[in-house]
Amino acid sequence: VAAGSAAGSGAAGSPEAAGGSTGGGGWRRPHGPLQRYYGPSGAEAAEAPPDPTDINGPHFDPEVFMNKVRSECPLGQLLAREAALGREIRALDSDMQTLLYENYNKFISATDTIRKMKVDFRHMEAEMDDLAANMAAISASSARVSAALQDRHRRGAQLAGVQALLRKLQALVEVPGRLRRWAGTEPARALRCHARARARVDRYLRALQTFFLGCLGDVRQALAAPRPPGKEGPGLPDLLATLAASVLGQLKAVLAYVQLFTARDVAFASLPYFKGEFCVTAVREGLVVAFVRWLCRTARGFADGPAERGAPAAPPALLLLLARLCLDYENSTISYILTLTDEQFPPQDSGPAVTPGPALCAEARAAAQRLLDHYVQVQGAAVAQMLRKSVETRDWLGTVEPRNVRAVMKRVVEDITAIDIQVGQLFEEGVRRAQSSDSSRRAFSVYSSSRAPGRYAPSYTPSAPMDTHLLSNIQKLFSERIDIFSPVEFNKVSVLTGIIKISLKTLLECVRLRTLGRFGLQQVQVDGHYLQLYLWRFASDERVVQGLLDEVAASAAHRCLDPVPMEHSVVELICERG
Amino acid sequence: ARALTPQTAETDAIRFLVGTQSLRYDNQIHIIDFDDENNIINKNVLLHQVGEIWHISTSPADKGVLATCYNKTSDTKVMTCAAVWRMPKELESGSHESPDDSSSNTQTLELLCHLDNTAHGNMACVMWEPMGDGKKIISLADNNILLWDLQESSAEAVLSSSAALEGKGQLKFTSGRWSPHHNCTQIATANDTTVRGWDTRSMRQIYCIENAHGQLVRDLDFNPNKQYYLASCGDDCKVKFWDTRNVTDPVKTLEEHSHWVWNVRYNHSHDQLILTGSSDSRVILSNMVSISSEPFGHMVDDDELSDQEDQHQEEKIKEPLQDSVIATYEEHEDSVYAVEWSSADPWLFASLSYDGRLVINRVPRALKYHILL
Repeated sequence: VAAGSAAGSGAAGSPEAAGGSTGGGGWRRPHGPLQRYYGPSGAEAAEAPPDPTDINGPHFDPEVFMNKVRSECPLGQLLAREAALGREIRALDSDMQTLLYENYNKFISATDTIRKMKVDFRHMEAEMDDLAANMAAISASSARVSAALQDRHRRGAQLAGVQALLRKLQALVEVPGRLRRWAGTEPARALRCHARARARVDRYLRALQTFFLGCLGDVRQALAAPRPPGKEGPGLPDLLATLAASVLGQLKAVLAYVQLFTARDVAFASLPYFKGEFCVTAVREGLVVAFVRWLCRTARGFADGPAERGAPAAPPALLLLLARLCLDYENSTISYILTLTDEQFPPQDSGPAVTPGPALCAEARAAAQRLLDHYVQVQGAAVAQMLRKSVETRDWLGTVEPRNVRAVMKRVVEDITAIDIQVGQLFEEGVRRAQSSDSSRRAFSVYSSSRAPGRYAPSYTPSAPMDTHLLSNIQKLFSERIDIFSPVEFNKVSVLTGIIKISLKTLLECVRLRTLGRFGLQQVQVDGHYLQLYLWRFASDERVVQGLLDEVAASAAHRCLDPVPMEHSVVELICERG
Repeated sequence: ARALTPQTAETDAIRFLVGTQSLRYDNQIHIIDFDDENNIINKNVLLHQVGEIWHISTSPADKGVLATCYNKTSDTKVMTCAAVWRMPKELESGSHESPDDSSSNTQTLELLCHLDNTAHGNMACVMWEPMGDGKKIISLADNNILLWDLQESSAEAVLSSSAALEGKGQLKFTSGRWSPHHNCTQIATANDTTVRGWDTRSMRQIYCIENAHGQLVRDLDFNPNKQYYLASCGDDCKVKFWDTRNVTDPVKTLEEHSHWVWNVRYNHSHDQLILTGSSDSRVILSNMVSISSEPFGHMVDDDELSDQEDQHQEEKIKEPLQDSVIATYEEHEDSVYAVEWSSADPWLFASLSYDGRLVINRVPRALKYHILL
């Protein structure tokens, strides 16, 4: 009972405090109880001991509460409590209503806002469409405007470029004046100016190089242009002359420009340092010598280029042209240019080292040699390829008795004649060995040797390959070994001989790879005679052609199953007919 | 004569085999013994009556076994076939009979098996698996690669796998080579101007070098010391060296010959020595140091030097040598169709020309000591 009363007094104190607090605190914190009800008050509830009489507690039990209150509190207090509770209830109710009302208000305003947004967005969409249409119209009209003004724009840009160039030229022209002004006082600045002048000289060099490449492009186009039937293409000598003349003219013009730097009246130019270094290093070395060297290198590049990789190779006529150009340079042009340069820009004796003329000439000659060798190689390969295809694709075992020369041989002769004419346009004839009287006829000495082993065979051991070639081996000991690819000289017969040697050697190798029947051998015989008839006049030494064709015939006989050569008179008859 | 090979399995005596090529007489295989000390050549002759020999190769395992590609001619058609043969026992190792009775000493080869190629076309060459047991060979026939297994002491050849080259036109292999690297699973073939590499396990193409040469590719060889390096030579008179990992450009190009180069061969142990034979009748020995496996010469470890030799050490440090042509051999009068290094002596090589002349030469002594020391 004491515990119950203590708890009761405690509880009585607490409902009072709670009532006071709720009464006062309820008003002071209008949402306090609600907050506590709705809020996460689990922690608080756990801390407080479960009290069934605590109105605000989670374990509130009305029966227990009422019993307690009835038993403890006086009537007045009870009435007061009841009034307080009623007030609280009303306050809580009104709070709840206010909250609900506010919530509803908020929802309604939100809905209104969304509806308004929808309407607004529809407006905006319409406006965006308008905007897009306007932009399209604007861009169309701007394109029209720029197209209309294109022409003027281009001209304007051109004029701007010209103006820049003129400004540069003006600066260049002023340089000597400026140098003059600073000559006595500020040598360092003068040196800087001088360096800039050097840069200009380099630019001249580059301009020369582009010019040359442009000329080469023109020449290539002229060579490749389709010619109307009946009209001869541009003659090679003409092309060469125009090329050489234009390059030389351009070089002279450039030298004249550079002359400005060393004009008599420029006081600066008489400074020994400037004269020596500028004239020699900048002009002679940097411009003239560099250009000549570059020309040789570029020309060489046509020969060394990766033509095999399928890249468009230089046409053979171009190779020939460049070879002749380099040769001319070596012969005369280089010395002419150097003398001209030396006249205008006299070098000092004590100045820096000068590239001697002969060194440049040697370079030019080397380039010319390389180009010519490459030309011979290219043309030789073209003819050889024709011969090779003809040998490889023919059925030599089952062929019929030859009635005429094969078409490919005639084509070979035609091609070689065309090459002869082409080379003849640019190079002189050259020396040829005096022909013997029977140059157009040929003794078939090799066949007697191939029949001879029948007599020799029994006395030798059957190591077969030796004796069939015994006579030809002995022959070879006495004749000079034919060097297939000796360096070609700068004349027509040498070039042609080189080409013929390559083609015939290829024919030899191809024949050795096949096996021939009797008529195959006779066909080779006829073809060989035909080639002999027509090719001897192109070669520098007809024995070369004869020797190679003899070897072809010998190899063919060696590769034949039934070597019965045709009658010589019949061979001649067929060749004359063909 | 065109066919030359060293006796690959023989590592003591210097021997070469030469096959003849004649339409009228019986064809033969000559076994050439070169006696190094006395500079004598001994010759034994074996008959090979089935036809003229275009290609010959020897087994790396068995000294007496060899394979030839020969022409079988009838009136209307020529067919190149291949067969495997065995030499008589007494001729397998070096024999030093006096050269006087060489005339009566012809013996016959024992035919072991034919490589049946009726379905495939003309055989171009036969390759033995290098460093193998002599059981596998590859033959190239027209546009097919055929891998054969030799069974039962080579009495029978069974086709184990094949690959064909597809494409338009008549594609024909011209030559091939078995790479000694990668466990002997790669071969390289040449057809027209293209070099292709194949894997023998799957018979698929691994790499392809287009337009390797301007005209036909004649021969290939692998660098025995460096895994990915390949040399090829062709009718554009050039020899090109390739790295098969990057086939767009050759590593180096040699242009010493003036006509078609028929053969290119690396030295088996010192891969800077390259031998080339060409139809301009020349054999050229080149020193390709910059792309060999020892570009700086033979390196000597510092630890191995004794104190006395320390002062010589500066002389031993060499600069990388320059590539150069060591020597040009002009002893032949006709086109050289085959060059080979000896498998017994790495400083000796032989060259064969069309007129049947076989020339045996040595690497110049100065260079030999320079490389060794």
